[in-house]
Amino acid sequence: MEKDLVTLTIDGQKVQAPKGTTILQAAKKAGIDIPTLCFLKEINEVGDCRMCIVEVEGRRGFATSCIQTVEEGMVVHTHSPNVLEARHVILDLIISNHSKDCLTCTRSGNCELQALANKFNISTIEFEGERTKHKIDDVSPSIVRDFNKCILCRRCVSACKKVQKVGAIDCINRGFESCISTAYDKSLNDVNCTNCGQCIQACPTGALHERENINDVWPKLKDPDTYVIVQTAPAVRVALGEEFGMPIGTNVTGKMVTALKRLGFNKVFDTNTGADFTIMEEANEFIDRFKANDNLPMITSCSPGWIKYIEMNYPELLPHLSSCKSPHEMFGALLKTYYAQKENIDPKKIYVVSVMPCIAKKFERQRTEMQNDGMYDVDAVITTRELSRMIKQANIEFTSLEDTNFDSPMGEATGAAAIFGTTGGVMEAALRTAQDVLTGQDLKKIDFEQVRGEQGIKRATVNIAGKELKVVAASGLANAQKIMEEIKSGKADYQFVEIMACPGGCIMGGGQPIKNSKIRSEVDVRKLRADSLYSIDEKSVIRKSHENPVIKKVYEDFLEKPGSEIAHKLLHTKYYKREKYNI
Amino acid sequence: MKTIEEICKIREDKRKELDLRVNTQSDTREKHILVCHGTGCTSSESPKILENFRKILKEKNIENVRVIMTGCFGLCAKGPIVIIRPEDTFYAMVKPEDCEEIINTHIIEGKRVDRLLCKDIDGKIVQSLDELNFYKKQKRIALKNCGVINPEDIDEYIAFDGYKALEKVLKDMTPDEVIDEIKKSGLRGRGGAGFPTGNKWELTKAAVGEQKYVVCNADEGDPGAFMDRSILEGDPHSVLESMIIAGYAIGADKGYIYVRAEYPIAVHRFQIAIDEAREYGILGKNIFGSSMSFDVEIRLGAGAFVCGEETALLESIEGKRGQPRVKPPYPAQCGLWGKPTLINNVETFANITRIILNGAEWYSSIGTEKSKGTKVFALGGNVNNIGLVEVPMGTTLREIVYDIGGGIPNRREFKAAQTGGPSGGCIPKEHLDTPIDYESLKEIGSMMGSGGMIIMDDTKCMVSLAKFYLEFTVSESCGKCTPCRIGTKRMLEILQKLCDGKGEEMDIYRLEKLALNIQRASICGLGQSAPNPVISAMKYFREEFKEHAIDKTCRTLECKAISKIIINEEKCKGCGLCQRACPVNAIEGKDREKRVINQDKCIKCGTCLTNCPFKAIGN
Ligand SMILES: Cc1cc2nc3c(=O)[nH]c(=O)nc-3n(C[C@H](O)[C@H](O)[C@H](O)COP(=O)(O)O)c2cc1C
Repeated sequence: MEKDLVTLTIDGQKVQAPKGTTILQAAKKAGIDIPTLCFLKEINEVGDCRMCIVEVEGRRGFATSCIQTVEEGMVVHTHSPNVLEARHVILDLIISNHSKDCLTCTRSGNCELQALANKFNISTIEFEGERTKHKIDDVSPSIVRDFNKCILCRRCVSACKKVQKVGAIDCINRGFESCISTAYDKSLNDVNCTNCGQCIQACPTGALHERENINDVWPKLKDPDTYVIVQTAPAVRVALGEEFGMPIGTNVTGKMVTALKRLGFNKVFDTNTGADFTIMEEANEFIDRFKANDNLPMITSCSPGWIKYIEMNYPELLPHLSSCKSPHEMFGALLKTYYAQKENIDPKKIYVVSVMPCIAKKFERQRTEMQNDGMYDVDAVITTRELSRMIKQANIEFTSLEDTNFDSPMGEATGAAAIFGTTGGVMEAALRTAQDVLTGQDLKKIDFEQVRGEQGIKRATVNIAGKELKVVAASGLANAQKIMEEIKSGKADYQFVEIMACPGGCIMGGGQPIKNSKIRSEVDVRKLRADSLYSIDEKSVIRKSHENPVIKKVYEDFLEKPGSEIAHKLLHTKYYKREKYNI
Repeated sequence: MKTIEEICKIREDKRKELDLRVNTQSDTREKHILVCHGTGCTSSESPKILENFRKILKEKNIENVRVIMTGCFGLCAKGPIVIIRPEDTFYAMVKPEDCEEIINTHIIEGKRVDRLLCKDIDGKIVQSLDELNFYKKQKRIALKNCGVINPEDIDEYIAFDGYKALEKVLKDMTPDEVIDEIKKSGLRGRGGAGFPTGNKWELTKAAVGEQKYVVCNADEGDPGAFMDRSILEGDPHSVLESMIIAGYAIGADKGYIYVRAEYPIAVHRFQIAIDEAREYGILGKNIFGSSMSFDVEIRLGAGAFVCGEETALLESIEGKRGQPRVKPPYPAQCGLWGKPTLINNVETFANITRIILNGAEWYSSIGTEKSKGTKVFALGGNVNNIGLVEVPMGTTLREIVYDIGGGIPNRREFKAAQTGGPSGGCIPKEHLDTPIDYESLKEIGSMMGSGGMIIMDDTKCMVSLAKFYLEFTVSESCGKCTPCRIGTKRMLEILQKLCDGKGEEMDIYRLEKLALNIQRASICGLGQSAPNPVISAMKYFREEFKEHAIDKTCRTLECKAISKIIINEEKCKGCGLCQRACPVNAIEGKDREKRVINQDKCIKCGTCLTNCPFKAIGN
């Protein structure tokens, strides 16, 4: 081991670091911070922005500390006058081609460029000049691209191309005219974008953000004739607090519910209840298909980014998808039928708002299949970030709110539903129900550790009701692609496949609070949020979807049984082959 | 497939047949009419000339005369060029209609066609190539075969020692011996940076990896440069042979040559060379019966300057956007598809076979202490003999401009020479006696570069010149890194302001600050060297920058917004010639009276200046 250590000097300090360590990492270990901008750990390590340059004695030009590795005897100066001047000039140049409208920018306060400008005390721009002008692309229901704020760091490109292997965006044109765009310079809406929003999570500035729907919601809240129901996805509650300075992964369910009530929603329900319905339908669909060996493996369908991806890339595998709608859509459909009848509310007056960690849900919401009797199941989707903005707009002191509970009766949910928010969770929840249904027993072994954890692909063989079941949970579309290729080539022998478009699942969705590059380098955000969900599950009294009394009652009163005709009408959907490019 | 013996036989027979090409005393009854088919001559109809010669010869039933296409002779200003061997008669600016007369007078009657003979700068009529001053100080090593052989005929190449170096290497030398020879020769990369070639080969050989590649950089994107193009067009096999030798030395079995698609003739001829070599078994498996296998493929570039930068070139070959990679790691360690890769420039390769055949000692006897051999320059701008020249390292700029280049046209003054194109710098009058080698050029703030050399006379504005090169780099920047993408643009904007008379003194400092930081912080050589033309122009012509920034004047007529033409009252004799010559009636005044220029109307074309017999008009 010893011989793999390299000794070098950074700012006069002797530092030891393993071979292959970057200068940036080695400096960090020594407590020296080097500013970065295009760097995003393991995703975008390209050295484009030049902020991280350092001087290495004996080398011509500066070294790129985010990618160049340590060498024995290297003498590094991270903050020499030359380096400092160059960084200042670079930052000045970047800002000279930036729109600088921080006051009205969604990323103000959480912008890496703004933070650097503060740090470098940029008070005037020395090298003002022509700015590249771009039209804002806001055609997509999910993503808005404003390249007047783009600094060409290409973090979004790497997220799309390397992490997701979608490749909807890349650099076009050259030199000063370079910009990030799509094939044929089309709107994101007309190309192979899946709306996963990982590009937004990667963006250091406000060049990429969700298409905001807050202003669809405010008027409804003020309208006495509209019955506004809000539902919140499992992943939202373990991330929302971050927008108010609380530690990553803090479970803020109670405060969130209180805030929503304060905002004036008529009812605050839990998408987790919807997730329990999904499990009922999906587990039973699986059991039927498993018994009949019909289109196995069955693949989950709760992730709308994933759905668009498979529709575009593997239309021949569409029959493998579960026909279940995603939880919030199922829930929306039930709110406008069962709940409306029960409470005697005109469904036309109901306005369902989903708070989601996801921006692909905005696209999903407006699919024509997501309607019943001419009404959309869900009327507006806002993200975790948008909810935090509404709370701030309403001047609510979030951190000092009291906890309250979701409204009854559609607010009760199980632990199984909570873990929907992380990769492997849908699988685990479905297995809990499937094994009870198949054995007719109330089994105690309900933790499926094999499908938990950080890996992008988790394969497992589980024993259910005396049968060996091969399952796999994959998150991130690059991993999804691997599994689809296995299935396509006939190499796979899975019976059940869970796919989430975002790496890590919904907790890392495109609508979640954005963590800057530094935090992403230092903290395992996914794990903190996932642990929080598993702890909700663990503390839950009821941890199996089919044991949720609300579920039982709705099936008794209204849905008859999983897979019934009415269940199909309201809770299931269809998929279509989709062209990648609209040209 | 040919055996070594068969190739030796071709060499022997063909060499005899082609003796007249290089020997004016050749006792042959044949004549060869050589028609230049370099790009310049080709575009002024040399293929038509060749066709006409053939047609007329056929009509007249003349035997013993062959018409041959060759690569560039170098003196492009006088093209299309026709040379008749063995007597070595040099006909300049030949037109297709001149063919008849050349055949009748020269071939049939045995007399020279005087009107087509070339006049040297000193006015002397020259009969043959050797008499031209243009060639006297040149030494052709890399261009040895250009203008001598038909580049589309492998046998002609073989006749002049072609593939003999490869044979020698495969039969008698180990890879280490080859590398040692190159190292001893002192050859340095001709692509611009001047890295010792032997060392690069050694590093690539030593790099760990089963698969290795040889890449020839024929992107040649600097404005005004056509050295590599001419070598590929005139002698493609010498580059091919050297690539195979390199493959042998470093242990590679695959080579790529990256040529810009705008060089169709070069691409065409190189492809023919590859096909011919494959047919002879010189490319492919078990070359010359050895255990060595090697093949070469052409990769076309879409014409981006940055793709000449070695790592961007690799990206482009891999099918990606042509953007540089951060170095280190260098291509020798991690190149094409991550494998150790040797990248050399066309001209670098063109020297290899000569070194192998004539020995390192011979090669290193040419040139200066640290820069060995010769360098090819594409000479252009305000100089009489525009063309391709190859001189021993250490030749002075003065020799190139005045002895070879024939001086500045129109009796104007030499102002500066730009070497290294957009990455280089300008060399002012006071450094005319600088010997041309890597170190000396660097010392005076320019660089060798790949060999573009633009001469400027005193009508050129140095601020405009700096702006011209910046315009080039701004449009050729790949856009990957911030300093190059935005910084060069900002420099250009400032220069534009200066030329428009909208600058201020601070702009000079801004330029300097930007230049320095772009040089230091850019990822690749393009950005790192983009400010060079500005920095060197400011170093030697700072006064001109100040005039633009502070006084808002330009001493030439290039910056129209701020230049001004005036008639010297004392000197004006009132002849009125200027008034008559002015295309926009901007000159006012009655007969025999002193004239004045109406500045509102004047378009600064300079016509009056050249028409004044009393030198009374100036700017
Ligand atoms: C912007 C830029 C353009 C370049 N263009 C060329 C080129 O056209 N041809 C070339 O041989 N080298 C070019 N180079 C130099 C190459 O990067 C590389 O140094 C060279 O091909 C190595 O070969 P050599 O050692 O034989 O000179 C360029 C470098 C830069 C930075």
